[in-house]
Amino acid sequence: MATTQTLTPVMERQRRANMRRNAFYLLLIVVGLLAPFVAYPVFLMKVLTFALFACAFNLLLGYAGLLSFGHAAFLATGGYVTGYLLSSYPGLTPELGILVGTGAAVLLGIAFGALAIRRQGIYFAMVTLALAQLMFFFYIQAPFTGGEDGLHGVPRGNLFGLISLRSNLAMYYFVFAIFLIGFAIVQRAVHSPFGQVLKAIRENEPRAVSLGYNVDAYKLLAFVISAGLAGLAGSTKTIVFQLASLTDAHWHMSGEVILMTLLGGVGTLFGPVVGAGLVVSLQHMLAQSPLGNWINVILGLIFVICVLSFRSGIVGEITKLYRKNFK
Amino acid sequence: MTMIFGVPLAVFMGQLLLGLINGAFYALLSLGLAVIFGLLKIVNFAHGAMYMLGAFATLLGMRYLGINYWAALLLAPLLVGLLGMVIERLLLRRIGHLDHLYGLLLTFGLALIFEGTLVNFFGVSGARYPTPEALQGGYQLGFMFLPVYRAWVLLAALVVCLGTWFIIERTRLGAYLRAGTENPALMQSFGVNVPLLITLTYGFGVALAAFAGVLAAPLYPVSPTMGSNLLIVVFAVVVIGGMGSILGAILTGLGMGLIEGLTKVYYPEAANTVIFLVMILVLMLRPAGLFGKEA
Repeated sequence: MATTQTLTPVMERQRRANMRRNAFYLLLIVVGLLAPFVAYPVFLMKVLTFALFACAFNLLLGYAGLLSFGHAAFLATGGYVTGYLLSSYPGLTPELGILVGTGAAVLLGIAFGALAIRRQGIYFAMVTLALAQLMFFFYIQAPFTGGEDGLHGVPRGNLFGLISLRSNLAMYYFVFAIFLIGFAIVQRAVHSPFGQVLKAIRENEPRAVSLGYNVDAYKLLAFVISAGLAGLAGSTKTIVFQLASLTDAHWHMSGEVILMTLLGGVGTLFGPVVGAGLVVSLQHMLAQSPLGNWINVILGLIFVICVLSFRSGIVGEITKLYRKNFK
Repeated sequence: MTMIFGVPLAVFMGQLLLGLINGAFYALLSLGLAVIFGLLKIVNFAHGAMYMLGAFATLLGMRYLGINYWAALLLAPLLVGLLGMVIERLLLRRIGHLDHLYGLLLTFGLALIFEGTLVNFFGVSGARYPTPEALQGGYQLGFMFLPVYRAWVLLAALVVCLGTWFIIERTRLGAYLRAGTENPALMQSFGVNVPLLITLTYGFGVALAAFAGVLAAPLYPVSPTMGSNLLIVVFAVVVIGGMGSILGAILTGLGMGLIEGLTKVYYPEAANTVIFLVMILVLMLRPAGLFGKEA
């Protein structure tokens, strides 16, 4: 065809890179589809929900440069709302429960985002932390959350009223589909003009302002998308484990998602996924070993080591190595 | 009996005093955070852990070494201050040139390590530390009963807070400190040893937290998690007061304690959250905080 002949070398390289990327994505999807036959599906679902949570968090920190220390609030909100709805209205199907839970997280994201983006950097982190703590105390006292005990026995129900999610395999594919949707949203947001503006804000906010961008609107939108996806992760997690509890609302959870993202690689698409996989596996392994009590100490050590010596995280460091040696 | 808005005066005053004492702890902790943030630009997430270590040093010092309360009041802050200086030298200094968020993350990791280690050795339930003999009992003031120890905590916290304020705002050392926060390079060229100043500042800031820990030991159960839960409230106090301000930290700390105490009297359900609500209100009206300068 005529068009192929007019491709410049740059475009040709771009086309090859795109093909390679698509092939890579395809490979990962195949791995994801086959995974439950190799590993325990519930473990995989835990990894996927946390990976989605971390991806949502990373959209904010990695691409907009905003460190939220309160993302547990959105995870918990999705979880509690979905858990409450599905427990109290037996006719409700899980996808509707997830939709409403995610919607609640979006609304909370709008409210918190509007407040938090008034401050920057460290202040932003502390404001989000305090707002999340407000939600924590709300969830302890609110009548529908089961207080310290949480919500137990949330029914998984039938997807679209048709497919029973009681089997872990069916549940897994549902969770995998949700993860893919969430990941695609993040991927799309990052590789769009919107994502470019976010990066511009991250690198130099005054410049972005002087270029005429409505910086606050962009930040708020990023915050709301991130909150919504975190809520989606929480809603899904509640259905998988049939449980919504205060652990998800505690600020340690906000710290954990930071660790996952930092360990995997801030500002890389796959970093949060790798980080979530590693942290969840580590917790899983340690829980059964004599070192089980030392989980927090070990996580703390990983934190310190990450910050001190490999700030780009695993995926970030690998990308750097690859660029240095193969390009 | 005299009533205030339907609450007996003694109850009202009692809660007010409790609030003021909590406020004294908020003030001591947010003051340390403000001092550290001023020079290092680090939100010291390990601050709660340092407070907790102060209380534990007091408890363990008594249990195993027979160190009494008064000696602990001096030794625990010294010990924790030294630990802080080591941390600053070995860890924080390496990331000083990076985005300030890394400082927050590093100290968060440290907090996890300290807290997790002590949980392993002492569990989460916590232990009691006896009120020192000289400070037992209380005064009957007529309108309320004032336990001596609580009065002492209030007095000690106020003296230390005002002393710190005086040093920073009125002495030459404080002038160096303030100048160092404005322009470290210029200070260095005047021959001031800025790195040493930074190390000492961090040590002093965490020593303040440890001092609060010693004061808290006879009041609250000494447990590994005592600091982390308090710290979040203190962060809110810091946002309300305006981060850099020394006086803001002290006044907001005491004020928030009082507001919390009053809420406990009239609407106990909101007692845990009222400070966060105030924070939201302040953020909407004055984003830089009550005493902060607009950036």
